Amino acid sequence: MGEFVVFLILAALTCVSAGIVALSRNIIYSTIALLGTFLGIAGLYIQLSADFLAAVQVLVYVGGTLTLILFAVMLTAQIENIRTSNTSRGRWGAFALVAVVLLLLGAVANRTEWPIRNTTATPSTAKLGHAFLSEYMLPFEVGSVVLLGAMIGAVAIARRAVRRHPEKE
Amino acid sequence: MQPQLIHYLTVAALLFGFGLFCVLTRRHAVGILLGVELILNAAALNFVAFEHFISGGISGQVFTVFIITLAATEAAIALAIVLMVYKSHRTVTADQISDMKN
Repeated sequence: MGEFVVFLILAALTCVSAGIVALSRNIIYSTIALLGTFLGIAGLYIQLSADFLAAVQVLVYVGGTLTLILFAVMLTAQIENIRTSNTSRGRWGAFALVAVVLLLLGAVANRTEWPIRNTTATPSTAKLGHAFLSEYMLPFEVGSVVLLGAMIGAVAIARRAVRRHPEKE
Repeated sequence: MQPQLIHYLTVAALLFGFGLFCVLTRRHAVGILLGVELILNAAALNFVAFEHFISGGISGQVFTVFIITLAATEAAIALAIVLMVYKSHRTVTADQISDMKN
Protein backbone atom coordinates (compact mmCIF):
# COMPACT_ATOMS: atom_id res chain seq x y z
CA MET A 1 0.00 0.00 0.00
CA GLY A 2 2.74 2.42 0.97
CA GLU A 3 4.57 1.66 -2.24
CA PHE A 4 1.49 2.58 -4.26
CA VAL A 5 1.10 5.89 -2.42
CA VAL A 6 4.74 6.73 -3.19
CA PHE A 7 4.11 5.77 -6.82
CA LEU A 8 1.06 8.05 -6.98
CA ILE A 9 3.03 10.98 -5.54
CA LEU A 10 5.88 10.47 -8.03
CA ALA A 11 3.49 10.03 -10.95
CA ALA A 12 1.61 13.21 -9.99
CA LEU A 13 4.89 15.16 -9.71
CA THR A 14 6.00 13.87 -13.12
CA CYS A 15 2.75 14.53 -14.96
CA VAL A 16 1.96 17.94 -13.40
CA SER A 17 5.50 19.16 -14.17
CA ALA A 18 5.20 17.85 -17.73
CA GLY A 19 1.92 19.74 -18.04
CA ILE A 20 3.61 22.96 -16.95
CA VAL A 21 6.42 22.31 -19.48
CA ALA A 22 3.89 21.90 -22.27
CA LEU A 23 1.43 24.66 -21.33
CA SER A 24 3.22 27.50 -19.50
CA ARG A 25 3.56 30.78 -21.38
CA ASN A 26 6.85 31.62 -19.65
CA ILE A 27 9.89 29.77 -21.02
CA ILE A 28 11.71 30.03 -17.67
CA TYR A 29 8.80 28.33 -15.87
CA SER A 30 8.73 25.62 -18.55
CA THR A 31 12.43 24.92 -18.12
CA ILE A 32 12.30 24.84 -14.32
CA ALA A 33 9.24 22.55 -14.43
CA LEU A 34 11.31 20.07 -16.43
CA LEU A 35 13.33 19.63 -13.19
CA GLY A 36 10.24 18.17 -11.49
CA THR A 37 9.66 15.77 -14.36
CA PHE A 38 13.25 14.50 -14.27
CA LEU A 39 13.20 14.05 -10.47
CA GLY A 40 9.85 12.22 -10.61
CA ILE A 41 11.17 9.85 -13.27
CA ALA A 42 14.30 9.23 -11.17
CA GLY A 43 12.00 8.20 -8.32
CA LEU A 44 10.03 5.89 -10.63
CA TYR A 45 13.34 4.29 -11.73
CA ILE A 46 14.11 3.52 -8.08
CA GLN A 47 10.69 1.85 -7.72
CA LEU A 48 11.49 -0.23 -10.82
CA SER A 49 14.77 -1.34 -9.13
CA ALA A 50 16.92 0.60 -11.60
CA ASP A 51 19.03 2.33 -8.96
CA PHE A 52 21.98 3.22 -11.20
CA LEU A 53 19.67 4.78 -13.78
CA ALA A 54 18.09 6.98 -11.08
CA ALA A 55 21.52 8.36 -10.16
CA VAL A 56 22.42 8.88 -13.85
CA GLN A 57 19.08 10.60 -14.45
CA VAL A 58 19.76 13.13 -11.69
CA LEU A 59 23.44 13.63 -12.62
CA VAL A 60 23.13 13.88 -16.41
CA TYR A 61 19.69 15.43 -16.89
CA VAL A 62 19.39 17.72 -13.88
CA GLY A 63 23.10 18.50 -13.59
CA GLY A 64 23.99 18.67 -17.27
CA THR A 65 21.17 18.94 -19.78
CA LEU A 66 18.89 21.19 -17.74
CA THR A 67 21.73 23.61 -16.91
CA LEU A 68 22.62 23.72 -20.62
CA ILE A 69 19.00 24.48 -21.60
CA LEU A 70 18.76 27.20 -18.93
CA PHE A 71 21.93 28.80 -20.33
CA ALA A 72 20.45 28.79 -23.85
CA VAL A 73 17.19 30.32 -22.56
CA MET A 74 19.01 33.07 -20.68
CA LEU A 75 21.21 33.85 -23.70
CA THR A 76 18.42 33.99 -26.29
CA ALA A 77 15.05 34.85 -24.68
CA GLN A 78 13.89 38.43 -24.96
CA ILE A 79 13.95 39.27 -21.28
CA GLU A 80 11.69 42.35 -21.56
CA ASN A 81 8.64 40.29 -22.61
CA ILE A 82 9.48 37.17 -20.64
CA ARG A 83 5.86 36.62 -19.55
CA THR A 84 4.77 35.74 -23.06
CA SER A 85 8.08 34.29 -24.22
CA ASN A 86 6.81 30.77 -24.90
CA THR A 87 3.67 31.19 -26.97
CA SER A 88 1.93 28.33 -28.75
CA ARG A 89 0.12 28.05 -32.06
CA GLY A 90 -2.51 25.62 -33.35
CA ARG A 91 -3.46 24.30 -29.91
CA TRP A 92 -6.80 22.72 -30.85
CA GLY A 93 -5.47 20.74 -33.78
CA ALA A 94 -2.55 19.52 -31.69
CA PHE A 95 -4.91 18.65 -28.83
CA ALA A 96 -7.07 16.56 -31.16
CA LEU A 97 -4.05 14.73 -32.57
CA VAL A 98 -2.61 14.03 -29.10
CA ALA A 99 -6.00 12.77 -27.87
CA VAL A 100 -6.25 10.36 -30.81
CA VAL A 101 -2.71 9.07 -30.22
CA LEU A 102 -3.32 8.60 -26.48
CA LEU A 103 -6.61 6.76 -27.07
CA LEU A 104 -4.84 4.46 -29.52
CA LEU A 105 -2.01 3.79 -27.05
CA GLY A 106 -4.49 3.12 -24.26
CA ALA A 107 -6.50 0.68 -26.39
CA VAL A 108 -3.35 -1.23 -27.39
CA ALA A 109 -2.03 -1.38 -23.81
CA ASN A 110 -5.36 -2.61 -22.47
CA ARG A 111 -6.01 -5.28 -25.10
CA THR A 112 -2.55 -6.85 -25.08
CA GLU A 113 -2.09 -9.83 -22.77
CA TRP A 114 1.18 -8.90 -21.07
CA PRO A 115 3.08 -11.96 -19.78
CA ILE A 116 3.69 -10.47 -16.34
CA ARG A 117 6.29 -12.27 -14.24
CA ASN A 118 6.65 -12.12 -10.47
CA THR A 119 9.38 -9.66 -9.58
CA THR A 120 11.12 -8.57 -6.46
CA ALA A 121 12.98 -5.29 -6.13
CA THR A 122 16.69 -6.12 -6.33
CA PRO A 123 19.60 -3.74 -6.99
CA SER A 124 20.82 -4.02 -10.59
CA THR A 125 23.94 -1.83 -10.79
CA ALA A 126 26.39 -4.77 -10.74
CA LYS A 127 24.50 -6.57 -13.52
CA LEU A 128 24.47 -3.37 -15.60
CA GLY A 129 28.22 -2.96 -15.21
CA HIS A 130 28.87 -6.55 -16.27
CA ALA A 131 26.57 -6.13 -19.30
CA PHE A 132 28.43 -2.97 -20.41
CA LEU A 133 31.85 -4.60 -20.14
CA SER A 134 30.92 -7.86 -21.88
CA GLU A 135 27.84 -8.07 -24.10
CA TYR A 136 27.41 -4.35 -24.91
CA MET A 137 31.11 -3.44 -25.12
CA LEU A 138 31.07 -2.15 -28.71
CA PRO A 139 27.91 0.03 -28.42
CA PHE A 140 29.33 1.43 -25.16
CA GLU A 141 32.58 2.50 -26.86
CA VAL A 142 30.72 3.85 -29.89
CA GLY A 143 28.58 5.86 -27.47
CA SER A 144 31.67 7.47 -25.95
CA VAL A 145 32.97 8.38 -29.42
CA VAL A 146 29.56 9.92 -30.24
CA LEU A 147 29.74 12.00 -27.05
CA LEU A 148 33.24 13.23 -27.92
CA GLY A 149 32.20 14.11 -31.48
CA ALA A 150 29.10 15.95 -30.28
CA MET A 151 31.15 17.92 -27.76
CA ILE A 152 33.71 19.01 -30.37
CA GLY A 153 30.93 19.83 -32.84
CA ALA A 154 28.97 21.90 -30.33
CA VAL A 155 32.06 23.89 -29.34
CA ALA A 156 32.94 24.48 -33.02
CA ILE A 157 29.42 25.68 -33.93
CA ALA A 158 29.04 27.90 -30.87
CA ARG A 159 32.51 29.46 -31.32
CA ARG A 160 31.81 30.31 -34.95
CA ALA A 161 28.52 31.91 -33.90
CA VAL A 162 30.33 34.12 -31.42
CA ARG A 163 33.23 35.02 -33.74
CA ARG A 164 31.20 35.92 -36.83
CA HIS A 165 29.34 38.85 -35.22
CA PRO A 166 31.75 40.35 -32.70
CA GLU A 167 30.33 43.88 -33.15
CA LYS A 168 26.81 42.94 -32.00
CA GLU A 169 26.62 42.74 -28.21
CA MET B 1 -1.37 -2.93 -3.56
CA GLN B 2 1.70 -2.72 -5.76
CA PRO B 3 1.98 -0.46 -8.81
CA GLN B 4 1.57 -2.61 -11.92
CA LEU B 5 2.86 -2.37 -15.47
CA ILE B 6 -0.25 -0.57 -16.71
CA HIS B 7 0.29 2.26 -14.21
CA TYR B 8 3.81 2.91 -15.47
CA LEU B 9 2.56 2.72 -19.07
CA THR B 10 -0.10 5.33 -18.22
CA VAL B 11 2.47 7.73 -16.79
CA ALA B 12 4.74 7.24 -19.82
CA ALA B 13 1.82 7.75 -22.22
CA LEU B 14 0.84 11.00 -20.49
CA LEU B 15 4.46 12.19 -20.67
CA PHE B 16 4.56 11.31 -24.37
CA GLY B 17 1.28 13.17 -24.94
CA PHE B 18 2.54 16.33 -23.25
CA GLY B 19 5.81 16.08 -25.18
CA LEU B 20 4.02 15.66 -28.51
CA PHE B 21 1.73 18.60 -27.71
CA CYS B 22 4.80 20.70 -26.83
CA VAL B 23 6.62 19.82 -30.07
CA LEU B 24 3.53 20.51 -32.18
CA THR B 25 2.52 23.86 -30.70
CA ARG B 26 5.62 25.67 -29.41
CA ARG B 27 7.05 28.59 -31.36
CA HIS B 28 10.23 29.02 -29.28
CA ALA B 29 13.00 26.69 -30.50
CA VAL B 30 14.08 25.79 -26.95
CA GLY B 31 10.42 25.03 -26.12
CA ILE B 32 10.37 22.46 -28.92
CA LEU B 33 13.57 20.95 -27.49
CA LEU B 34 11.87 20.61 -24.08
CA GLY B 35 9.10 18.60 -25.75
CA VAL B 36 11.66 16.29 -27.35
CA GLU B 37 13.22 15.69 -23.92
CA LEU B 38 9.78 14.73 -22.53
CA ILE B 39 9.25 12.21 -25.37
CA LEU B 40 12.70 10.66 -24.82
CA ASN B 41 12.02 10.31 -21.09
CA ALA B 42 8.69 8.62 -21.77
CA ALA B 43 10.40 6.08 -24.03
CA ALA B 44 13.12 5.42 -21.44
CA LEU B 45 10.54 4.89 -18.70
CA ASN B 46 8.74 2.36 -20.93
CA PHE B 47 11.99 0.45 -21.53
CA VAL B 48 12.69 0.14 -17.80
CA ALA B 49 9.08 -0.77 -16.95
CA PHE B 50 8.91 -3.53 -19.59
CA GLU B 51 12.24 -4.91 -18.43
CA HIS B 52 11.15 -4.95 -14.79
CA PHE B 53 7.73 -6.52 -15.33
CA ILE B 54 8.12 -8.73 -18.41
CA SER B 55 11.51 -9.52 -19.90
CA GLY B 56 13.82 -9.55 -16.90
CA GLY B 57 17.56 -9.32 -17.47
CA ILE B 58 19.28 -6.00 -17.93
CA SER B 59 18.83 -5.01 -21.62
CA GLY B 60 16.09 -2.44 -20.96
CA GLN B 61 18.35 -0.46 -18.64
CA VAL B 62 21.19 -0.66 -21.18
CA PHE B 63 18.90 0.89 -23.79
CA THR B 64 17.90 3.61 -21.33
CA VAL B 65 21.54 4.49 -20.73
CA PHE B 66 21.99 4.91 -24.49
CA ILE B 67 18.82 7.04 -24.66
CA ILE B 68 20.19 9.32 -21.93
CA THR B 69 23.55 9.56 -23.75
CA LEU B 70 21.93 10.48 -27.06
CA ALA B 71 19.58 12.96 -25.36
CA ALA B 72 22.59 14.73 -23.86
CA THR B 73 24.42 14.94 -27.22
CA GLU B 74 21.24 16.07 -28.95
CA ALA B 75 20.70 18.84 -26.39
CA ALA B 76 24.30 20.07 -26.72
CA ILE B 77 24.20 20.21 -30.54
CA ALA B 78 20.70 21.72 -30.65
CA LEU B 79 21.59 24.47 -28.20
CA ALA B 80 24.75 25.34 -30.13
CA ILE B 81 22.60 25.66 -33.27
CA VAL B 82 20.04 27.76 -31.37
CA LEU B 83 22.80 30.13 -30.24
CA MET B 84 24.09 30.42 -33.82
CA VAL B 85 20.61 31.08 -35.22
CA TYR B 86 20.04 33.73 -32.57
CA LYS B 87 23.29 35.46 -33.51
CA SER B 88 22.40 35.60 -37.20
CA HIS B 89 18.59 36.11 -37.10
CA ARG B 90 18.15 37.86 -33.70
CA THR B 91 15.21 35.55 -32.97
CA VAL B 92 14.66 31.92 -32.04
CA THR B 93 10.95 31.80 -32.92
CA ALA B 94 10.63 28.79 -35.17
CA ASP B 95 8.08 30.27 -37.62
CA GLN B 96 10.10 33.44 -38.24
CA ILE B 97 13.21 31.54 -39.32
CA SER B 98 12.37 30.79 -42.94
CA ASP B 99 15.74 31.09 -44.71
CA MET B 100 18.78 28.86 -44.38
CA LYS B 101 21.27 31.51 -45.51
CA ASN B 102 21.05 35.27 -45.03
